[in-house]
Amino acid sequence: MSSYNFAYLDEHGKRMIRRALLKAVAIPGYQVPFAGREMPMPYGWGTGGIQLTASLIGRGDVLKVIDQGADDTTNAVSIRKFFKHVCGIQTTERTLEASLIQTRHRIPETPLRNDQILIYQVPIPEPLRFIEPRESETRTMHALEEYGVMHLKLYEDIARFGHISTAYAYPVRVNGRYIMDPSPIPKFDNPKMHRMPALQLFGAGREKRVYAIPPWTDVVSLDFEDHPFQVQQWDEHCALCGSSNSFLDEIIIDNQGNRMFVCSDSDHCQQHSAVHHP
Amino acid sequence: MYVAVKGGERAIEAAHEQLRLKRRGDTRERILSVAQIQQQLPYAVDRVMAEGSLYDPELAALAIKQAAGDLIEAIFLLRAYRTTLERFFDSNPVDTGKMRIERRLSAAFKDVPGGQVLGPTFDYTHRLLDFSLLDEADAPAEPAASMDCKHPDQSQAPAIDCPHVLDMLANEGLIEQPAYQQGDPGDITRQALHHPAKRSTRLQALARGDEGFLLALGYSTQRGYGRTHPFAGEIRMGQVDVSVCPEELGFDIDIGEIELTECNMINQFKGSRRQAAQFTRGYGLAFGHNERKAMSMALVDRALRGSELDESCNSPAQDEEFVLAHADNVEAVGFVSHLKLPHYVDFQSELELIRRIREQADSQPDDSVDSAA
Repeated sequence: MSSYNFAYLDEHGKRMIRRALLKAVAIPGYQVPFAGREMPMPYGWGTGGIQLTASLIGRGDVLKVIDQGADDTTNAVSIRKFFKHVCGIQTTERTLEASLIQTRHRIPETPLRNDQILIYQVPIPEPLRFIEPRESETRTMHALEEYGVMHLKLYEDIARFGHISTAYAYPVRVNGRYIMDPSPIPKFDNPKMHRMPALQLFGAGREKRVYAIPPWTDVVSLDFEDHPFQVQQWDEHCALCGSSNSFLDEIIIDNQGNRMFVCSDSDHCQQHSAVHHP
Repeated sequence: MYVAVKGGERAIEAAHEQLRLKRRGDTRERILSVAQIQQQLPYAVDRVMAEGSLYDPELAALAIKQAAGDLIEAIFLLRAYRTTLERFFDSNPVDTGKMRIERRLSAAFKDVPGGQVLGPTFDYTHRLLDFSLLDEADAPAEPAASMDCKHPDQSQAPAIDCPHVLDMLANEGLIEQPAYQQGDPGDITRQALHHPAKRSTRLQALARGDEGFLLALGYSTQRGYGRTHPFAGEIRMGQVDVSVCPEELGFDIDIGEIELTECNMINQFKGSRRQAAQFTRGYGLAFGHNERKAMSMALVDRALRGSELDESCNSPAQDEEFVLAHADNVEAVGFVSHLKLPHYVDFQSELELIRRIREQADSQPDDSVDSAA
C-alpha cells in the first residue's frame, strides 16, 4: 500500500473533510454537505465513517472499529484491517484503550471519556427523509425548524399501534434546535448520546453529509408527555456474561427455534465475564 | 462459547482466495491478458471508462480483468483509484467540431455536409450467433495491424472541420443556441450535489451515471412519461484532441487525444408567449464508443430541462432530484449490497417492538387488531 498516502485520502481531501467537521461541531445536529470521496469500500459499507476516521487519524491514535457492537463482525474486521494497512497504527478491541472508535449501529456500553471520539457510519442522514423524499424540501424544513410532520408521524404511530413504532434510528433533537438522525442505533442507545463527554461525529459517504454532537451537548429523544420515551428491556440476561443491563442479541440455536441472548457489545461482554466469572 | 459470528477475519481471507480461484477459472486455459481485454473487448473498456469517469483504456481493462468481467465492479475499482489521483489542470473544452470522425449519422437529414459515416457498428447486423467464432484461429499478423487498426482510414487523417448538424439549424434560428455556462463548470467529485443543479453539473452526473438506468429513463420519455419528441439530430464518434493551458505558460498545449461519442437530440418545442416556436436540444457525451449511453443521456438531459422550458413535469425522467440521486451505479450498488451486512441490532429492536405490540393486542378482548393476520 506504499503508493497510497497515510490513511488513503490525500491531504487536501482530509483538510476539506476537517473543515466540514469544524462547521458541523459549530452547528450541532446540522447536516453539512461535503465533497465525499470514493473509497475502496462500497457506499453503504461505512464510507462516511471511514472518511472521517481517515481525516482525523494520526500516528499516535488507537483505533477501535465495531459493527453491531462487536469487533469481530466481518465488516468491522475489514475496516480495521484497512486502517492498519494504510496507517500502520495501533488498533484495539478495548473501548477504554481507544482514542477513535468507528461504529455501525451501536454505542459502546462502556461510558466514553472526553479524550475519545466516536465516529458513526450513517446510511441516510436525513431524519425527515421518509416523510419528505426531496432534499430541497427537507433543507427548508430544517432551516425553518418546521418539525410538525415528525411529531405527527410519531403521533400516528401511537394512534395505530399504541406505541411509537420506531425501534432504531429514533429521532433526537440536538441542543434544542436541529432534529437529527442518530444513525440506525437502537433507541436503547439514545440516552447515551445526551451530554456525552466524547465528541460524536457522523459521516454519510453516499449522501455526502457530516454532522456532529460536541461534548456535553443536550440530546433529547422526541416523545410526548403522556407517551414518554422508553428504551428496550429484556427479561433475559446475557447467556455468556450474565449482564442484565446491556443490549442483547437474540440467537437461534437449533431447528426447534430455541434461543439464547448474548451481549451485542463484545468488549463489554468480555470485561463483564472477567469481573464476574474470573 | 458461541462461535457462529466469530472468526470473521479468517472467513474473509478464505472468501478472497475462493474469489481468486473463481476469477482464474480452469488453469488449463491460458491467462487472459489485459492487452487482450483492451483490444478485444473495447465496448466493455469504454463503458468502464465512461462510468468510472477516468479515460485510461489500460487501467479499465485491468479493472475488468480484476473484476472477472463484472463491469460495475470494474467501474468501482476505477473510481476508487481515480479519487487518489492528483489533479493538475482543468482541460480546455474539447472541440467535437474538430473530431476525427469514425462514425457519424444524422437521422434528421438524408445527407449532411461531411457525409454520413457508418463506421464500426452493430446496427444492421443480423443477431445470429456466429458459430465460427467458437473456434476462431489466429489469422496471420498483417503488417499494418497495429493499435490503429481500429480506425484505419482515420488514424492518419488530419483534423477537419466537420460542422455539427445542429449548428446549421441554429444559423436559421430554428433551434436554440447551445446555452454555454459562464465560469467554471460544476464538479460533483469536488462539491456535494445541490438541487436544483446547474446544467453542467447535471450533465456531469449523467455522464457518470449508469447506462442501464439512463437507458430506462430515456426509454420512458419515448413511451410518454415526459415526452420530448426526439430526433437523433447527430451522433458522432471519433478522436478529439485534449489541450490544457497552464497558467504560467499562457498558451495551449495538446496533451493527447481521447475517443468520444456525442449525441445531439433535436426535440420539439411549441414555443411560448415569450418565444417563437423553436426546436430544443438534448445533449449526451460519453468516453469511447458508447452510443447507447450518449443517446440515453441526451434524452434524459432534455427531459430534465422541462421546468426551464415551462413544461409540465410529472414524470420520473423530468424529476432532477430523483434522476440525479439515483443515477450513480457505484452509490446504488453499495447501498443495495449493504443489506448483506449484519443488521442484528436493528432487527432485534424491531422484533422486541412487534412482540410487545402483539402481546398488547392479544390482551385486549375487544380485538380491534387481528393479531393472527
